[in-house]
Amino acid sequence: MLKINDINVYYGAIHAIKGISLEVKEGEIITLIGANGAGKSTILKTISGLLRSKTGDILFNNKSLHSMAAQDIVRSGICHIPEGRRIFANMSVLENLELGCFLQKDKAAIKKNMEHVFEKFPRLKERISQSAGTLSGGEQQMLAIGRGMMSRPKLMLLDEPSMGLAPLLVKEIFSIIKEINEAGTTILLVEQNANMALSIANYAYVLETGKIVLKGPTAELAESEDLKKAYLGG
Amino acid sequence: MEHMQIFFQQLINGISLGSIYALIALGYTMVYGIIKLINFAHGDIYMVGAYVGFFAITKLNMSFIPALVASMLFCALLGIVIERMAYKPLRNATRIAALITAIGVSLFLEYGGILIVSPQPRAFPDVFPMSKLTFFDGKVYMTNQQIVIFLVAIILMILLQYIVHRTKIGKAMRAVSYDQDAALLMGINVNTTISATFAIGSALAGAAGVLVGIYYTSISPLMGIIPGLKAFVAAVLGGIGSIPGAAVGGLLMGVIEAMVSGYWSSTLRDAVAFGILILILIIKPTGIFGKNIREKV
Repeated sequence: MLKINDINVYYGAIHAIKGISLEVKEGEIITLIGANGAGKSTILKTISGLLRSKTGDILFNNKSLHSMAAQDIVRSGICHIPEGRRIFANMSVLENLELGCFLQKDKAAIKKNMEHVFEKFPRLKERISQSAGTLSGGEQQMLAIGRGMMSRPKLMLLDEPSMGLAPLLVKEIFSIIKEINEAGTTILLVEQNANMALSIANYAYVLETGKIVLKGPTAELAESEDLKKAYLGG
Repeated sequence: MEHMQIFFQQLINGISLGSIYALIALGYTMVYGIIKLINFAHGDIYMVGAYVGFFAITKLNMSFIPALVASMLFCALLGIVIERMAYKPLRNATRIAALITAIGVSLFLEYGGILIVSPQPRAFPDVFPMSKLTFFDGKVYMTNQQIVIFLVAIILMILLQYIVHRTKIGKAMRAVSYDQDAALLMGINVNTTISATFAIGSALAGAAGVLVGIYYTSISPLMGIIPGLKAFVAAVLGGIGSIPGAAVGGLLMGVIEAMVSGYWSSTLRDAVAFGILILILIIKPTGIFGKNIREKV
């Protein structure tokens, strides 16, 4: 579904992503794990068009995303839920969700998507007219995911959904991610919480300073001594 | 009793002048909200608006409303062209570079204006018959022009409020001004949204230009400088980036100026206006409606 071929991304003179290739198969949950500054978020931003790779290419269903405008990437079925939620705190929960399907013109479809989101996150429905900035951290993450679901994406890029949340909430969010995946959305998940990420993903890539140092099916990786030492506290 | 008459008369004068400031301040604040640029050419767009209105009425024999609409459309287009040509290439440059460019555009419009329409002030035609509404046995009055200015300003502000809160482009504008990257991820076309913001802000300035022509009956190519600066003060007073702030700030500025002229001396009103700017920057730099919203992370 998504193929990244040998991309190099720079921030000015800093070489952030050094020749990374990876593949996301339809229907799976793929996770990218690694420490701070490894380049995980940079990869997601390059897929969604916020950053551009200097060399290499990204193919989504065999179409190159390289020279596509960000809004066309969204239109092609990719949705990126950024790190730190980035909800519009000055707007209501309803307006945030409406912005999530900005490109959708069919009102009936918008209504259906919203009902679908409220089914997953009943708490958002209770707070529909509340300003998004007044929500708790967990609710804000739910809103960010709900807003992403509004566009009915084929591929969802999730950046650190567990950030700053209590363990119980992290569990809840991850079980919802799993449900979204089971309902047919492919997921590329970036996480520092490697244990949680490995528990729901099919395949994992481990990143270190802009390079992939380890990859494999999660069942195998969870047993890997290197990974245990570096990330799982074992 | 005489005291009350002066007060009410100056209040009426102040609200008319303040409505014009408010219309200009709205454009300042909208552009600042979306690209964090103080568009110093904004006052000159208002001047262009006055001239378009002038030529539409005198040369094309248009009546008031068509002339107002023509002026707003022309200024909207001018705003888009200025943004695309002068500011867009600098979007990722430092803010000071964009600011200096804005001053350059301002000078370009002022002296380009002098070149094209000559520096001579022109008499704006009387569009409305001179008549007044009187109160307190004719000691306090409101002219036809003042009523028109106030009504047009109110209608445009309601329209703006509707666009910003109820339409798709308005939601896009608020999203881009809050978080440009997040807006991109929603599939919002940021360039189109910025163009729309310039178009709407400039159209409001164009309307203000026509209204001021009607009010003061004299227009000149450098007429935009002082009202532009005062509208900027009004936008800062209300809280730059805040739309209700610009409206309230503009009205307040107008009323303060009128009161200073009425009770004190009209030569001091500019000093007071810019004194307000200094005071706000010292006491409450975020203005009346400005808030530092902190996000939960």
